Amino acid sequence: MRWRVERSVIPGFGITFGFASFFLGALVLLPLTALVMKGAGMDWTRFLAVVTDPRALASYKLTFGASLLAALINIVFGFIVAWTLVRYRFPGRRFIDAIIDMPFALPTAVSGLALTAVFAGNGWIGQYLEPLGIKVAYAPLGITIALTLIGMPFVVRTVQPALEELPRDVEEAAATLGASPAYTFFRVILPALAPAVLTGFTLAFARAVGEYGSITFIAGNIPYKTEITPLLIIIKLDEYDYAAAAAIGCVMLAISFVMLLTINLLQAWGRRRISGAVRR
Amino acid sequence: MMRILLIAVSLIFLGALLFAPLGVVFVSAFGNGIETWLASFADSDTGAAIRLTLLTAAIVVPLNTVFGICAAWCIAKFEFAGKSMLITLIDLPLAVSPVVSGLIYVLLFGAQGWFGGWLQEHDISIIFAVPGIVLATSFVTFPYVARELIPLMQQLGNDEEEAAITLGAGGWFTFFHVTLPRIRWGLLYGVILCNARAMGEFGAVSVVSGHIRGLTNTMPLHIEALYQDYSMAGAFAVASLLSLLAVITLIIKTLLEWRMGTRHR
Repeated sequence: MRWRVERSVIPGFGITFGFASFFLGALVLLPLTALVMKGAGMDWTRFLAVVTDPRALASYKLTFGASLLAALINIVFGFIVAWTLVRYRFPGRRFIDAIIDMPFALPTAVSGLALTAVFAGNGWIGQYLEPLGIKVAYAPLGITIALTLIGMPFVVRTVQPALEELPRDVEEAAATLGASPAYTFFRVILPALAPAVLTGFTLAFARAVGEYGSITFIAGNIPYKTEITPLLIIIKLDEYDYAAAAAIGCVMLAISFVMLLTINLLQAWGRRRISGAVRR
Repeated sequence: MMRILLIAVSLIFLGALLFAPLGVVFVSAFGNGIETWLASFADSDTGAAIRLTLLTAAIVVPLNTVFGICAAWCIAKFEFAGKSMLITLIDLPLAVSPVVSGLIYVLLFGAQGWFGGWLQEHDISIIFAVPGIVLATSFVTFPYVARELIPLMQQLGNDEEEAAITLGAGGWFTFFHVTLPRIRWGLLYGVILCNARAMGEFGAVSVVSGHIRGLTNTMPLHIEALYQDYSMAGAFAVASLLSLLAVITLIIKTLLEWRMGTRHR
């Protein structure tokens, strides 16, 4: 492969490519390399001891459990929201459509503070849940709710365009052929939307696993109980145990890469589905 | 029937998750009158936090805008080996946990970090100081402008730029008079999202800041400090300012989407 495939009359390749790669290298790649080197430079038994410490294991269980539950809640309710926005016309629909992206714009410290206030024992919603014995704030359930909030737009915004592109005549054909609405939904609509739903699920899950800001408010941060993995990294740093922080950081970075790969594969699957449908 | 049920479920879900938290911020912030709200900003640490947040955004947003334009220019206008690799790497910070984003700079510039010894000898503070906050914020907001501009400029093609250059226009002239007018709304879209994240980042900044009140606490970190002091009125006052920023960001973003006739993600 030649350096430049075709000669262009447009100037500026050198300066723009140079600045972009320098900035990328200095700001992103060099620091990430420092993390990987720090982790790789550790004694293997020590590395393993740090990342499989019972407190670390408890944090993984909580982080992944709560993120998984939040992503599952989001594919159910996010799907309903996307369906409502695409299929129904009602007053305030455009407003709801616009406000879906709120969690992208709202700082996590604000959503954490606000959710804690809403779901605390004396909060707007918490006061009705507390008598039922449901504790949300300072409990794993609160973590799940905070993660549901930050993951919600990912599911809605991936399912929504896929639903818009779904040809209506397929459903009509199924109905004409005598399929019940439930049968049509599970055997016709859902399989067509599977790539989008799975992509949204993975995006929401990946975002939730790394989340810290909103959780630190609502979790109560009790070791073994409501301590998420990113918080554990901060605790190790506060103890000046940089090696342990780097080891757990490497585990999280590896998980990020797996998530990124999964998302790319799912999106490629979705694109093949769409282009396949067009060809037919 | 199904229609009413599904709309109701959507509204209850969004109500509990989005509207109640937003409502509680504004009710708690303004519930005791506007004077109480204003009085919360008389605190010198709160003022310092607001100034630090504005300073950080004022450095980070232009820097990432220039980067975004450069990256989009070389990716959209030229063919070169490793192009798809470059696009993937630009998106990388979005996949990394904010806490890890802060941690990597501690490992680089912290007391035990790669450059820690050298920095100490020369009496330069990066970690637990403003430069660290700027670096960590740049990392997390790094892709925002580039990922808006790259697909937009790829889609617009090179014909108009090539025509301008062939007719004798210079590179800068072509950029400012041909390219920029066509990408301005997309550029603005990326810039406001970059700004919202820069002003609101918590995790990455929390790791590198050191939480020194009046010196290295940004607005989101100051909310946490006030919350831990049980100073709820102050916490909600600062939170209401950031919520206002989010609301304005969302309004501009929606207007731009209508203007561009597209929906993003």
